[in-house]
Amino acid sequence: MPNDFLTVKQILDGYESASFNSKEVFEFFYNRIKGIDADIKSFITVVPEDKVCVAGKSIPVAYKDIFTTKNIQTTAGSHILRGYIPPYNATVVDKLSDSKFVCAGKLNCDAFAHGATGENSDFFVTKNPYFLKKTAGGSSSGSAAAVAAGLVPVATATDTGGSIRLPASFTNTVGIKPTYGRVSRYGIIAMTSSTDSIGHITKTVWDNAFVLNITAGFDPKDATSSHAKVPDYLSDIDKGISGLKIGIPKEYLQGLDDVVEKQFDKSVKIVKSLGAEIVEVSLPHTEYAINVYYILTPSEISSNLARFDGIRFGKQRDQFGDEAKRRIMLGTYSLSAGYYDDYYLKAQKVRTLVIEDFRKAFDKVDALMAPVFPSTVPALGEAIVDPIKMYMMDVLTVPVNLAGLPALSVPSGFIDALPVGIQFIGKHFDEKLLYRIGYSFESETKYYEKIPNFLEK
Amino acid sequence: MKYTPVIGLEIHIQLNTKSKMFCSCSNDIWKKDPNSVTCPTCLGLPGALPVPNEEAIRKTQLLGLSLECELNENSSFARKNYFYPDLPKGYQITQFSDPLCVNGHLNTSLGKIAIRRVHLEEDTGKSIHIKEGTLLDFNKSGVPLAELVTEPDIKNSEQAVEFCKKIRELVRFLDISNGDMEKGNMRLELNISLREDNDKSLPNYRVEIKNINSFKFLKTAIEYEIERQEKILSLGEKVEQETRGWNENTKKTVSQRKKEMENDYRYFPEPDIPPMDFSKEYFDILKNELSAKELANKDNSAEASKTSKKAKGKIEYALNKKEELSKIVKSVIKDNPIPVKDYKAGKEGALQFLIGLVMRKTAGKADPKISSGLLRSFLK
Repeated sequence: MPNDFLTVKQILDGYESASFNSKEVFEFFYNRIKGIDADIKSFITVVPEDKVCVAGKSIPVAYKDIFTTKNIQTTAGSHILRGYIPPYNATVVDKLSDSKFVCAGKLNCDAFAHGATGENSDFFVTKNPYFLKKTAGGSSSGSAAAVAAGLVPVATATDTGGSIRLPASFTNTVGIKPTYGRVSRYGIIAMTSSTDSIGHITKTVWDNAFVLNITAGFDPKDATSSHAKVPDYLSDIDKGISGLKIGIPKEYLQGLDDVVEKQFDKSVKIVKSLGAEIVEVSLPHTEYAINVYYILTPSEISSNLARFDGIRFGKQRDQFGDEAKRRIMLGTYSLSAGYYDDYYLKAQKVRTLVIEDFRKAFDKVDALMAPVFPSTVPALGEAIVDPIKMYMMDVLTVPVNLAGLPALSVPSGFIDALPVGIQFIGKHFDEKLLYRIGYSFESETKYYEKIPNFLEK
Repeated sequence: MKYTPVIGLEIHIQLNTKSKMFCSCSNDIWKKDPNSVTCPTCLGLPGALPVPNEEAIRKTQLLGLSLECELNENSSFARKNYFYPDLPKGYQITQFSDPLCVNGHLNTSLGKIAIRRVHLEEDTGKSIHIKEGTLLDFNKSGVPLAELVTEPDIKNSEQAVEFCKKIRELVRFLDISNGDMEKGNMRLELNISLREDNDKSLPNYRVEIKNINSFKFLKTAIEYEIERQEKILSLGEKVEQETRGWNENTKKTVSQRKKEMENDYRYFPEPDIPPMDFSKEYFDILKNELSAKELANKDNSAEASKTSKKAKGKIEYALNKKEELSKIVKSVIKDNPIPVKDYKAGKEGALQFLIGLVMRKTAGKADPKISSGLLRSFLK
C-alpha cells in the first residue's frame, strides 16, 4: 500500500493480484480523511467508517453535495438545506453503487454551485492542497481538493460554467465536463438546467474514462438525456494522437497572464511532439459568452431556487447566501414582462451564434485545446470581494457550456509550485477522443505524480 | 341603455391517463390517503426532473382535433413562475407560446364558439384549511390537465352551460377524462364583461370568475355578474378589472384580486423538457383514430335508434371490401387532380383531404385506415 494516493486503476489491479482487500483500501482512505481533511476542509459529511459496507471489491467515492443521496444529508453547500435528508438517490449515485462504488461522504461546494472559488459555500472554505492559502477552485471545490489530497480516488462534480474544469486545473487533477445530456441530471440539485453537466474528478485520465463508462447513458427519468450510444471510453485510449488536427481558438489566448501563456505554449509543443497537427481557429463570438451566460444562468436559477420556500423541507428563504440572492434578483429581472425580449430572448439568440462558432471550427479540426484559466490560482479572499471578477473567472470555460460540448481538463504543469491545467474540447459526444488525447498528454508529462506540497511536510 | 354580455370560458380537464403528467405515479388519486400517491418529481424535491406523459399529449391532441383545432407540429412546455404553498416547485409546467392545439370551434344551438387554444399542463396540490393552519396534500400535484380557452363568443348563461355540457360529453366520448364536476375532473373559469348594444368593439375591462364547480353555479354566477355589472354601468361608473370568486352560500361573486395585484408569471421555456416535434404521419394516425371513434359512435347510435342492423351490416361489409372501396378511391383520385398533384409533390396534408372525400362519398362508412392505404398505393 503506498502512502500518498491510490488511483482507481491501482485499486483494481491490487484486487486483481490480491495484494490488498477492500477493507484495507477503505482503511487507507479513511485514515487520510481523518488525518488531512481538518486542514483542507473538503467534506461536509463523512459517512462513518463503521456504517460503510465494504463487502467485495469496493471502491470509495465521494459526491459533491449537490448529488442527492438517499438517507445521507444533501445540502448543496447551502444553509437553507442543512439537515435535508433526501428519500432517493440521483441516477448517477445508483449507477455507481451498482458498480461497487461506495459513498464515503459528501463534498463541499459553492452554495448551489454558484461560484468559481468555493468561497460561496455557506459552510466553510475548502483550501487548495497544493497551497492552503489558495483557492481550490469552484464550484466543485471539495471534489477537486479531496481527490488532489488523495482522500478519495474519485469525486463526482458538476460543471455548469466551468465548475469541474476550473478546480481540476487548480489542483493538478483530471476533470471531465461531459456533453450536455450524456450523463443523467436526475437527482442533481439544479443550478442552470440547460447547461448543468454531470461529471467527475480523478487523479488520472484512465480513472476518469473508467468512471464515465459507468455514469454515461440514457436515463428515462431525464428527458434531456441522450439516446446516443455510449462507446467504451477505455478502448483505444492508448492509441496516440498522431495525425489528429487540434485547433487553438485564438480568442482564448487574448488576455492571458504571461506565465500562463508560456506554460500553454509548452503544452502545445508537447501535443505537437506527440504527432498532432496544430491549427489556429477563430471563435469570434467568444467575448459575448460571459454576458449570455450571466443572463441565462440567473434566469433559470431564479426559477430553480423557487422550490426552496421553507414550507416542506429546509430552512426559510432568508437563509439564502448573498450570491444566491443576487442571482435570484438578476434572473427575476431578466424574465420579467418588458425585459424578457431584451435580455433572456436576446441572450438565447447570441447563444446560437456561440454554438455556430464551434460548429464551424469543428469542420476544420478534430478537437480544440485551450487554457482553462487566464491567470494563476487566486488566493483565498481575492475574488470573493468582487462578484464581477468572480463571474469573469469563467471566461474560458463558459462557451463550452453554452454549446453543450464535452471538455476534459488535464494537468499541464506548475507555475511557482501551483498547478495549472489545459482543456481539450470535443464535438458533441466525442468524449472518447478527448480521453485519447488526454491520456497521450498525461503519459508524456505525468504531472499527476507530483503530490501536494502540503503533504510533503 | 341595453348591454350585451361578452363571455369567454376556460375549462380545465383532468385527463384519465394511467400515470401523472411528468412522473410514473398512478393518476388514480380519488379518495387515496393524503400524500400517498407522490414521488420526488410531483413533490418537487430538489434534483427531481419531469418527463412528459405521451398518453396525456395524445389525449389533448385528440380533444383538439375533435374541436377542429390546428395541431402544432412544434410545441413546447414553459414554466409559469408563482408562489403558492401547494405548488411545490414554485412554478407550474404549462404551455405558453406554442400550445398543442389552436384555432378550433364548437357549435351550439345559439351559434359557433371559437376555441383559441387547448394546451397541456400539470395540476397543483391541494390546500386544506383547518382551524390550526393549512394542510397540504400533493396527490393531485402533477395530474395532467388539458386547458381549453374559448374566444369571448358566448352570449348568455344558457349558451355557456350548453357549451360546457357538450365539452363534457365530448371528453367522455373520447374517453380522455371522466368529466365529473363533483370530483374536480372539470373545472370552470369565466371572464365576463358587458358592452353597449350599439358598440361592436370589446369592452375595456374583464372580470374573471373562479371556483365554479357545477353547471348550475355557472348559470347563476353569470346571471349574478351580468346584473351586478349592469347596475354599475347604468350608474355611469366603471367596472373594475379583477378576479372574483363564486360563493355558493351567498350566491354572490366576491372580489379576490384586483388588477394591480396580478402576477408577472415570468414565463420562459421549460429547460428540463426538450421541444416536441410531431410528424404529419403521427397526426394522420390521430385523425384516423378519431374518425374510427366517431364512426363507432355513429354505429352505436344507429343501433340505439333501431335501424335495420342487417342492412347497415351489409353496407359496411360492402364498403370495406377492397374492390368496392377501390372504385370509390379511384374516382376520387380522378376527380381531384389538384390535391393529387400536391400529394405527389410531398404535401402529406393533401392525402388527408382525399381521405375526407372518400369518407364523404361513403357517408362515413369506409375504414379510414384502409382508404388511406388504398390512396397511397394508387398514388405511388
